[in-house]
Amino acid sequence: MTHKYKAQIYVTLRPSVLDPAGVAVESGLHQLGYEGVEDVRIGKYIELSLTAASEAEASTQLDQMCDQLLANPVIENYCFELTEVAAAVG
Amino acid sequence: MKFGIIVFPGSNCDRDLAMVTEGILGQPTRMVWHQETDLSDLDVVVIPGGFSYGDYLRCGAIAQFSPALKSVLDHAQQGKLVLGVCNGFQVLTEVGLLPGALIRNRDLHFICDRVSLKVENNTLPWTQSYDSGEIITLPIAHGEGRYYADADTLKALEDNNQIVFRYEENPNGSLNNIAGIANKKGNVLGMMPHPERAADEMLGLTDGKKLFEGLLGAVVAAV
Repeated sequence: MTHKYKAQIYVTLRPSVLDPAGVAVESGLHQLGYEGVEDVRIGKYIELSLTAASEAEASTQLDQMCDQLLANPVIENYCFELTEVAAAVG
Repeated sequence: MKFGIIVFPGSNCDRDLAMVTEGILGQPTRMVWHQETDLSDLDVVVIPGGFSYGDYLRCGAIAQFSPALKSVLDHAQQGKLVLGVCNGFQVLTEVGLLPGALIRNRDLHFICDRVSLKVENNTLPWTQSYDSGEIITLPIAHGEGRYYADADTLKALEDNNQIVFRYEENPNGSLNNIAGIANKKGNVLGMMPHPERAADEMLGLTDGKKLFEGLLGAVVAAV
């Protein structure tokens, strides 16, 4: 039996990597008057659906996808959330 | 010496490279479509500049899984020569043949300019026609050319003399002013500047020609 999951994946630059786009957006927010804003970092959000035998298997697959393609571990970190959307599709 | 130039959907410097290797240097050159897998006839594989697969997700991220790239890995592991220029450099870091990554320029602009570079290591097949410390001028044209690697990787690159070209004036925020690096063995070179755009006198710059000429010398020396 397989389950269908929705994955929400967040890819962010590692803290050690300068994010000039984030710096530009931060200064834009300051100009709008949001003086309290700091540490703006711009990342990527990826959604996908996948079928797997279990949540653990889906999670393992997602780790591999992120390491192999979705994120570049040299410059990026990632995290994801899994939600089951339909049971027993197979 | 036979050159092969990998052509991805979105490559745009492939013909410029062939114009140098075949047109100017008279070496046999073939274009290698990204679906091809047999590169055994080639001495030098070149990954050209451009926007392979639209640079979707990250520069070079999709190209690393193309059939041709698997063969490029074998080619490199045999100690044969691999050159990546611009997007080709990005592909080489994504696929792990070279360490580090190339990210968005510090000032967020696409930079199209001529820059001065210092030849830091002239002991490689790529650079043997240059003098050590020679200052050369090559064009750059990139939006994502800021070299990044963690401190340990940078130290290893410095200690092993793997930094081949360094910007005299840093245009993009590259760490340690890095413009081009080689792998430890020296057979794989990645660089953001375009030597192929500086090899024909008609175009005004010729400092890139020596890089290709040096390769021919390397083969003559080996024979």
